[in-house]
Amino acid sequence: MMESASVTAEVIVAQAVSIFDVGDGFVLPVLIKLVFVLALFFVLPLVGGYLEHKAMGRMQARRGPVEAGPFGSLQLVADGIKFIQKEDLIPRAADKWVFAIAPGVALVPAMLIFLVLPFGPGVFALDLELGLFYALAASSVSVLGVLMGGWASANKFSLIAGLRAGAQLIAYELPLILAAIAVAVQAGTLSLVGIVEAQANFLIPGTEINLWFVFPQILGFGIFFVAALAELSRPPFDMPIGDSELVFGYMTEYTGIKYAMYMLTEYAGMISMSALTVVLYLGGWQLLPGVPLPGCEAGGGLFDCSPVGVISGVLITIGKIMALVFVMVWFRVAFPRLREDQLQRISWLVLIPLSLLNLAVITVAKVVF
Amino acid sequence: MAATSLPGTGLLKGLGVTIKHLFREPSTQMYPHERPDLAPRTRGVIALMDENCTVCMLCSRECPDWCIYIESHKETVPPAKEGGRARTRNVLDRFAIDFSLCMYCGICVEVCPFDALWWSPEFEYAEYSIDGLLHEMGRLREWMDTVPPPPQLDEGAELPAEVADAIGKVEQERELAAAKEAEAQQAAEAPAEGGGEKAAAGAAPKQAEIHVEAGQIDQETYDALIAEGKSERMARAKAKAAWVKKEKARLRAEQEAERGGAGGGDAAEQPAAAAGDAGDGDAADTGEAADAGAAPAKRRLSDVEVEGDGEIDQETYDALIAEGKSERIARSKAKAAWVKKKKQEQLDQEEGG
Ligand code: SF4
Ligand code: SF4
Repeated sequence: MMESASVTAEVIVAQAVSIFDVGDGFVLPVLIKLVFVLALFFVLPLVGGYLEHKAMGRMQARRGPVEAGPFGSLQLVADGIKFIQKEDLIPRAADKWVFAIAPGVALVPAMLIFLVLPFGPGVFALDLELGLFYALAASSVSVLGVLMGGWASANKFSLIAGLRAGAQLIAYELPLILAAIAVAVQAGTLSLVGIVEAQANFLIPGTEINLWFVFPQILGFGIFFVAALAELSRPPFDMPIGDSELVFGYMTEYTGIKYAMYMLTEYAGMISMSALTVVLYLGGWQLLPGVPLPGCEAGGGLFDCSPVGVISGVLITIGKIMALVFVMVWFRVAFPRLREDQLQRISWLVLIPLSLLNLAVITVAKVVF
Repeated sequence: MAATSLPGTGLLKGLGVTIKHLFREPSTQMYPHERPDLAPRTRGVIALMDENCTVCMLCSRECPDWCIYIESHKETVPPAKEGGRARTRNVLDRFAIDFSLCMYCGICVEVCPFDALWWSPEFEYAEYSIDGLLHEMGRLREWMDTVPPPPQLDEGAELPAEVADAIGKVEQERELAAAKEAEAQQAAEAPAEGGGEKAAAGAAPKQAEIHVEAGQIDQETYDALIAEGKSERMARAKAKAAWVKKEKARLRAEQEAERGGAGGGDAAEQPAAAAGDAGDGDAADTGEAADAGAAPAKRRLSDVEVEGDGEIDQETYDALIAEGKSERIARSKAKAAWVKKKKQEQLDQEEGG
């Protein structure tokens, strides 16, 4: 991971300065960033998973976890311990190597996205000039792990699920990227930190009113969020798992720690996609449009912050991420799964034309104003 | 376009329903921390009343999982009467249900013709080893203590067979006793007159009939039986019978006291024979003498002899049937009514003549 990060860093020039760039050395900041990314990667998905357990339980007139830890908050930790203890089964007909590395292939890209996600003023590991491109590219690699797992399981359910996941990825990658391009066009940058800054400085033409990109691009926001759900195979787009049709999809043959890795990938994906949505459309760590953070001077009250500003920025970002995770859970509880053909139709006949329209309108508007 | 047909309305409705539930109190029962609120006749475990089991094997044959194991042997019972035939009887040696196989279909409970199998709502018998789920006879018998009483009979429902039997028997006995008493009286008082045609002026016939309503139960008996671990149904039936018996004894004692302690006490004890059989005149006479002090010429209903013991009063019978009483009760009551009527007629005749 470190290697790939440094490789990308050589190719792509770093932009803003991270608060983790302390001292003049190379090793210390890298270690701190590693710890930061890993901590986020392992903690935030658990928080998101707990939120899902609780919210889904309540919406279904249940309580969700109650026994493990205060209010059941350590349930996923207990689950993780359980998964580690479980026997690691590999089907005899399985392609052993592919079967074994597939969960890792799914997991690592999900982790790599966290490298570029800004969680607050200066709270990020890297600010790449091509941050948005990098994040979307990394997110689409995860599906390779799903395909590999589905193929290697030597199980027809897993195979169908893997192919469904591939088809879903191709279908929804387009609207996702087209919607994100519109944001990049409006912001004039691909850097995620730059996009947050552009939102803080975006004014309705001819007025002094500051707006996040969600307002001019409400259509793009909707497309991006729906496409992100489909990318993550979250209900109502969970055909690759589809437990009523495919047992448990590409995870059918997986047990123990490998299964846990797939689950962690899913929850990490929810977090990273929500974080991307927050950065692209919901103003990053800004509390409300036009409201500067406490103790922040530069860049519309978003940069060069005091510790208070940094902490509140991080909390605001995480709050927004969790709100989006909650919406994902809400959709999961409320909506039934789509059919495979409906899924494809929605993408090709609805979302892609709409996102092209969105892009065209935004581009024209950008040129005009 | 109607509002409901707008695309997306259904999606919003779905979101509305789920968000509403988010703020409702969940319906979870926190089981290990608090007792679950189970329906009273929950199918938890099957209890065996081994005294009732006749080893008919119906349950074990009907069980879809074949998880009931029964072992037994035959025993010869010596003849009950001198010169009778010796009988054989099944003795239950082993009765076990394997709850690791049982699917709680309830067929065994349903099919048992002798009320030996019962549902109990107890459900906490999980085990760490699967062999622990094979409950043998002793364990199955212990579950019997947790079987809830059967639900109360509906208002106006037919009485259970055993209760109806008990009442019918008591009434029949009483009736026979009354007939015998009457006959004895008659034989003593008016032997020459051939059936008692003599008038008794100003007669206000006293009812010797002991009428006992079977609606109540004897609480003492009931409590004792329940404490013994009997089922509520059985305890109730026995307690009812006990109450009837007690009440009858009380009334009889009262009458005897009235009549100077002699009277028909003996006669009531013995199921009397056919009509026309001369009773013991002395006792009846003494009883009558005590009474005669007050109203010498008075004759009582019980003093009148009636022939044709087997007939019933159709009117009473129909009325009781219409009331929803069982045929058996109606018949016995109607018989009593017929006897009473006949006696009254005879008395009236005597008075009139
Ligand atoms: S309830 Fe259990 S023991 Fe009884 S018949 Fe059904 S399966 Fe057999
Ligand atoms: S059906 Fe009832 S009486 Fe017959 S063997 Fe089974 S428990 Fe005993």
